[in-house]
Amino acid sequence: MLTKRLIACFDVVKGRVTKAQRFQDNIDVAPAEQLAQQLYEDQIDEIVFYDILASAERRMIDLPVVRAVARHVFVPFTVGGGIRSVDDMFEVLKAGAEKISVDSMAVRDPDIIRQGAEAFGRQCIVLSTQVQHVGVRPGIASGYEVFIDGARTATGLDALDWVRRGEELGAGEIVVNSIDRDGTASGYDLEITRAVADAVNVPVIASGGAGTIAHIADGLTAGGAQAAIISSILYSPRFERNLGVRELKDGLRERGVAMRPYLSL
Amino acid sequence: MIGVVDYRAGNAPSVGYALARLGIEHRLVATPGELDGVDRIVLPGVGAARATLDSLDASGLVDPMTSLVRDDRLPFLGICIGLQVLFEHSEEGDTECLGWIPGSVRRFDDTDRVPQIGWNDVRLRRAHPVTERFPDGGHCYFVNSYYASPSDPDDVLGETSYGVDFCSIVAHANVVATQFHAEKSGELGLGILAAFAQWDPTC
Repeated sequence: MLTKRLIACFDVVKGRVTKAQRFQDNIDVAPAEQLAQQLYEDQIDEIVFYDILASAERRMIDLPVVRAVARHVFVPFTVGGGIRSVDDMFEVLKAGAEKISVDSMAVRDPDIIRQGAEAFGRQCIVLSTQVQHVGVRPGIASGYEVFIDGARTATGLDALDWVRRGEELGAGEIVVNSIDRDGTASGYDLEITRAVADAVNVPVIASGGAGTIAHIADGLTAGGAQAAIISSILYSPRFERNLGVRELKDGLRERGVAMRPYLSL
Repeated sequence: MIGVVDYRAGNAPSVGYALARLGIEHRLVATPGELDGVDRIVLPGVGAARATLDSLDASGLVDPMTSLVRDDRLPFLGICIGLQVLFEHSEEGDTECLGWIPGSVRRFDDTDRVPQIGWNDVRLRRAHPVTERFPDGGHCYFVNSYYASPSDPDDVLGETSYGVDFCSIVAHANVVATQFHAEKSGELGLGILAAFAQWDPTC
C-alpha cells in the first residue's frame, strides 16, 4: 500500500536553511548540507529545497549547494527557485535533484510546465502554488487567489483554475502553500487543500502551517493530501520543542495515517 | 567498474552519488567508448519511454550495451524507466522498446492518482542474490504512471500493489531491474545497489 509522505522543506539563503513567518522575517537555522544529512539519517521521506532569493535576484539556483545536499540524501530531493528554462532544469537534475519545483515563473510562462514535462516526464515537474484566502469575487470563484514572488504579487488567478491548468500542462504534483498559515503553526488550510485534491488527479502536497502532529494528520486525511510539507515543527528556533521524524511518524500512525515504517539500522 | 548510463532524461548523477556513498567504483557512461573496461551496467531513468530510447539511440549506446548484456552476459541493473524500456512494448506513446525481456508496459487506471508517487511495499516472490538482504515487504520510493507486465511469471522477483498488483522488481538471467528508485529508497535501496555490485549471475 502506498504510504503518505513527510517532506522536510528548506528555505535556503546562501547555503543556509532559514525559517520565515508568512513569507517574511527569515531567521537562520543551520547549513543546508548538515540539516539534510541529519534528516536523512532520521528517515525523512523526502526533502524539498527552495533557493528563496534566486528568482528575485534573477539568477540561477545555487548549484554547489544542491550538489552538496544531493551527496548526503538518498531519498527524493526536489529543488526550486530561479528556474527559467528547460536548460536550467537539466542543470538542477544533473546536480542530483529528482524533481523541479516551479512557482512564480510558471505563472509568468505556463509553457515551462509543458516543456519540462515533455523533456523529463511529468513526475519531474512539481507545481508549487502560493494561495491566499481573499473571498469569492469576480474571477476568483473559489475565494482563493494565486500569489507569486514570495507572496508579494497578486495574479488575479483563481487557485483552482490554476492548478487544473497546471495539471493539464503536465505538472506531476501540486503543492498548496497557504500564505495565511505559513510559519504560523496554526494548521494547514484544509479547505483549499481539499478543494485542490478534489480538482486534480495528480498527488497533492499540503504546505504552510503544520505545528502539531494533529495538524499533519488533518492535512493527510480531511485535507485529502498525499504528502505534507513540514519545517517549523522539525527545526524552527521559534518552537519551544521540535519533534523528530520518528516521533512524528509514530504519532501519525496512532492517528491511522499509513507511514513508511521506521527501520532499525 | 560499474558503468552508469548517462543520458539527457536520466538521473545518472544521483545513482553516482549513491554508489560513491557505498564506496563502489563507477563511472558515468555517455558514449560507446566509455563502456570500455566496464564489467557491469546500471541504466537509471526518470523520463518518458520514448525520450529515453531516443536519447539512448542518439548516444549510440544501444547496440554496444545490448551486445555486452546479451552476448557477454554482463550483470545489468535497470531503474524505473530503465526497467520499462527492457520490455517489448510500452503503452506510453505506443513505443517499441528494447525487447530484452518478454512482456509489455501498461498505464495505471485513473481510479488512483497517477502518477503513483511515494513509498510502497515490495513483496518478494522468490529468492535472488540482489534481494538477499532486502526485508520482504520493505518500502521503496516509486514514481510511475506505467508498470511492467512480464509474460513469464518467473521473471517477477518483487511485486507491489497500486490499484493492480504489478512487477516492481524483474529478474531475467543476468538482468535485474527495479521499478522503484533504488538510489532514492534510503538504506534499503542502497542495500540493493550494494548487492548488485557483488552479484555473479553465473553462480
